[in-house]
Amino acid sequence: MDDLLSEFLTETNENLSVLDVELVRLEQNPNNPELLSNIFRLVHTIKGTCGFLGLPRLEKVAHASENVLGKFRDGELTINPEAVSLILQALDTIKSLLAVLEATEAEPPGDDLPLIERLNLCAEGKLGAAAAPAKPAAAPVPPPAPAVAAAEEVPVSSSGNLTLDELEAIWNATPGPTSTALAPVAAEPAEEPAPSHDLVVPDPDPVPAAAKMPAPTAEAASGAGAGGEAATKESAVAAQTIRVNVDLLENLMTMVSELVLTRNQLLQILRSQKESEFAAPLQRLNHVTSELQEGVMKTRMQPIGNAWAKLPRLVRDLSHELGKKIDLQMLGADTELDRQVLELIKDPLTHMVRNSADHGLEVPADRVRAGKSETGRITLNAYHEGGHIIIEIQDDGKGLAIDRIKQKAIQNGMASEGELAAMSDQQIIQFIMKPGFSTAAKVTNVSGRGVGMDVVKTNIEKIGGTIEIKSQQGKGSTFVIKIPLTLAIVSALIVECAGERFAIPQISVVELVRAAADSEHTIERLKGTPVLRLRNRLLPLVSLQELLRLDDQEGGEKKTDETFIVVTQVGTYTFGIMVDRVFDTEEIVVKPVAPILRHIEMFSGNTILGDGSVIMILDPNGIASATGEMAMGETASKEATSVQATRQEDKMALLLFRAGAGAPKAVPLSLVARLEDVDLASVESSNGMPVVQYRGKLMPLVPIDPGFMIGQEGRQPVLVFADGDRSMGLIVDEIVDIVEERLVVQLTADRPGLMGSAIIAGKATDVIDAGFFLTQAYKDWFGSSSTDAYEEEKALQRVLLVDDSPFFRNLLTPLLSVAGYDVTAVENANEALALCEAGEDFDVIVSDIEMPGMSGFDFAEAVRQGGTRWSGTPMVALSSHASPRDLDRGRQAGFTDYVAKFDRDALLYALQQTLSEQKGAA
Amino acid sequence: MSNAKLPATTKKSKGDEITSGGSQDYVTMTIADQLFGIPVLQVQDVLGHQRITRIPLAPPEVAGSLNLRGRIVTAIDVRLRLGLTSRPKDKPGMSIVVDLRGELYSLMVDSVGEVLSLSNDDFERNPATLDPRWREVSTGIYRLNGQLMVVLDVPRLLNFTTMEAA
Repeated sequence: MDDLLSEFLTETNENLSVLDVELVRLEQNPNNPELLSNIFRLVHTIKGTCGFLGLPRLEKVAHASENVLGKFRDGELTINPEAVSLILQALDTIKSLLAVLEATEAEPPGDDLPLIERLNLCAEGKLGAAAAPAKPAAAPVPPPAPAVAAAEEVPVSSSGNLTLDELEAIWNATPGPTSTALAPVAAEPAEEPAPSHDLVVPDPDPVPAAAKMPAPTAEAASGAGAGGEAATKESAVAAQTIRVNVDLLENLMTMVSELVLTRNQLLQILRSQKESEFAAPLQRLNHVTSELQEGVMKTRMQPIGNAWAKLPRLVRDLSHELGKKIDLQMLGADTELDRQVLELIKDPLTHMVRNSADHGLEVPADRVRAGKSETGRITLNAYHEGGHIIIEIQDDGKGLAIDRIKQKAIQNGMASEGELAAMSDQQIIQFIMKPGFSTAAKVTNVSGRGVGMDVVKTNIEKIGGTIEIKSQQGKGSTFVIKIPLTLAIVSALIVECAGERFAIPQISVVELVRAAADSEHTIERLKGTPVLRLRNRLLPLVSLQELLRLDDQEGGEKKTDETFIVVTQVGTYTFGIMVDRVFDTEEIVVKPVAPILRHIEMFSGNTILGDGSVIMILDPNGIASATGEMAMGETASKEATSVQATRQEDKMALLLFRAGAGAPKAVPLSLVARLEDVDLASVESSNGMPVVQYRGKLMPLVPIDPGFMIGQEGRQPVLVFADGDRSMGLIVDEIVDIVEERLVVQLTADRPGLMGSAIIAGKATDVIDAGFFLTQAYKDWFGSSSTDAYEEEKALQRVLLVDDSPFFRNLLTPLLSVAGYDVTAVENANEALALCEAGEDFDVIVSDIEMPGMSGFDFAEAVRQGGTRWSGTPMVALSSHASPRDLDRGRQAGFTDYVAKFDRDALLYALQQTLSEQKGAA
Repeated sequence: MSNAKLPATTKKSKGDEITSGGSQDYVTMTIADQLFGIPVLQVQDVLGHQRITRIPLAPPEVAGSLNLRGRIVTAIDVRLRLGLTSRPKDKPGMSIVVDLRGELYSLMVDSVGEVLSLSNDDFERNPATLDPRWREVSTGIYRLNGQLMVVLDVPRLLNFTTMEAA
């Protein structure tokens, strides 16, 4: 049987049994809104699923029942036993239809018009009036013939587990051949399919007069009777899935953990005994236990793809139904989720995809009019991030209609106009999560009843997750679900620091470096701040011992000067965590820390290791933010509202040094590739310039002060700048510190080589223009090296800089900001476009051409042709190839100007020209 | 687990007496020679000395966490919580595990005594002059033969927000 169908059957049967109970409870306490909305949701889910599986008959019945329940919920109808019976009856119809479906994999033909009519009457509130005629009409309906026949047949023809007494009791319990009497009888064959299969129904044709219930009942029986193997098939379905209580699994898991502990103890004992006859069996026990543990762990984990399996079909059917072209993309389907979590987010995800298809995406005609491709796109993306699982549901439709939400909120009395006026769009969007809210102008059978989003929210919050909505008019909307990893298994690196062990999630670990006096890597200190040279970068280091204020309990001095560095990445910020020892990686189950410890942001949870000890799991995010990271904006941008790229006003790590007389000097740390200590005796001269052999190449040395004379001996600190395979050394007197400050260059110095002054660490500091010195070393580093001053554009004009090389971003950002521009730098075209979508405006865009992913040309085309707000913004291309052909291609793509990458004067000139032209034109 | 050798106290004694008449059952314990009691129904386990993992940056009263049959239990040093000095290193001490809103906490005390069934007649409110730190975590005092027993209120004992404010 189709997986989808069998799953649907299991689920719906479960829902139906819940509904039976809940409806009866509702009848007893009609004023329980929670009960009512639960019932409503269940019926809604059944209806929805039926729709997608192409089961029109079931869907119609469910739809009609839902209508009635909707009226209950809105208070338009009062709950009375008659209405409840009617709904129960509808449920029974659904059950019997399901029984047939299970046996034959197809809906029985026919319809349930009389029932639906009565439901509709009820929904219109006419049931009371219609009750009188309806009852007599219903009276002949209950099928005494087949039902009784069935009842009588049972003991005769079957050894089934439904006894005559039971049936008799049911039959007697029902007051007579009224509509309610039908319910239990009709229900039995569905709930107890086994005996019903054994029934030999004498007359499989429905009694013509019995228009309502007998049809399905009889057909259920006939279906079963016809297919001899139906019974086996049915049991096969039952055998495929076993529903196990999660508590049971949890218990199993605990027991297995205990077993693992015991095994470990045994192995420990074994190790101390040289030869033992227990060795072989223990080894086997060891393997079996490991496998058992793995197996039990696995019972809880499932790839999220399982929850998505239904979606392609759902979307396909939806696109037919709605007349839209929809392309569904699913990324990260193998992201593993705890089973329990998966179950809970399955429905919300389905709801949301449905919503995106129904409300979000426009019909093809509208899309074309809006300048988009005919096919709408829905993207699902799941990934782990910083101890969370993030699921994004994104569509490129019309976005949420703020005005409509406002209207609806006023209509439903959720807020007054005044209140709404004071709200931000973001706040207004939140209304769609409130119960009973729907903006779809008309209620379709896809969505629009206002159950969707509040169900989604409730379900997600139940598992401690959050949901965020981003929407942009005309661009589409994105729903970001963030689920904590508390239930998930992660692989973690176990490290030791000051005698304590900690786990670091493997996801954020980039590499491990051993630093010792005798190794290639040594930890250096810049005014107490440890740093590590790692390839061509300076890596900031964090001492776990200091961070966690651990004092060595053993009281001993550090035994060795060996330190391990766990290179960790959070977003784009990479740093090293210094630890004493590194063990291996282990699969761990993250458990939340006790509430009284939740405020400690260094830990994301704790866990029990294989040897039974409890250890804390470090949270790289927490460590990064506690140690003053520099690029957290990037990580935040991924999940939060807008792509705020590394903005000029953000903090920057600066290297402070002294060179020559006067104020201390500073240069952005990210520009500096390495710090070297050059033995002056090894300095040679080439082409009239001091050079030193460095890594097999000649590296020119440039002094800050042109008058500086290089000594003959001793050592001299040198800042190494590198780009590609070229490097240059800047001679300084002393390296002072690394600080993190907002770089606000205050004065443009008229001395060459200085960008200006800034207050850094409370002192006036000269910010050097690395570019100037680079050109001193290599004349062609930037092309011409003239350093005339410009008439600065005083009005701060916003420049968007798109360049994949951090080096040039860092170089050009200060350069342009000194020239009086407000610079925003991003590293690729996608980020730039995201900024465009986020509503940022720029006066000019400067873009690199050769970039991984979207090239500069494609970017320009996207900006020009996308009909974006930026289509009028001038664009300047930066490229190392500046041949006339490139120039042409650039202009075709939509670039206003084309500048060779290393020619900063030309760039500044081009910017000035472009902007003044723009002004002239405006 | 090392609780096997301990007096098989707690779990079995959840008898009927608790409801009968005016008496209550308490698990008794001593901290710095003072007798304390916790209602027996709140006690999950009694443990001997356990290996405890320290938790850096945690409040000083939190001694660490330990593994109790696959569940992580937060250990609280009751001595520090009551404003006493911490237990001398050479004394191993014992712990009483309690459940608070689904989380397990292990209360580290000097030793755990027997379960006493106490008559409500011997119960008295806290004297007004009692140390405020004690008054905060105690519901009252029982007058026993020869000594007094302080009844600890577990939720308040584990409520660290009030303590930080104090």
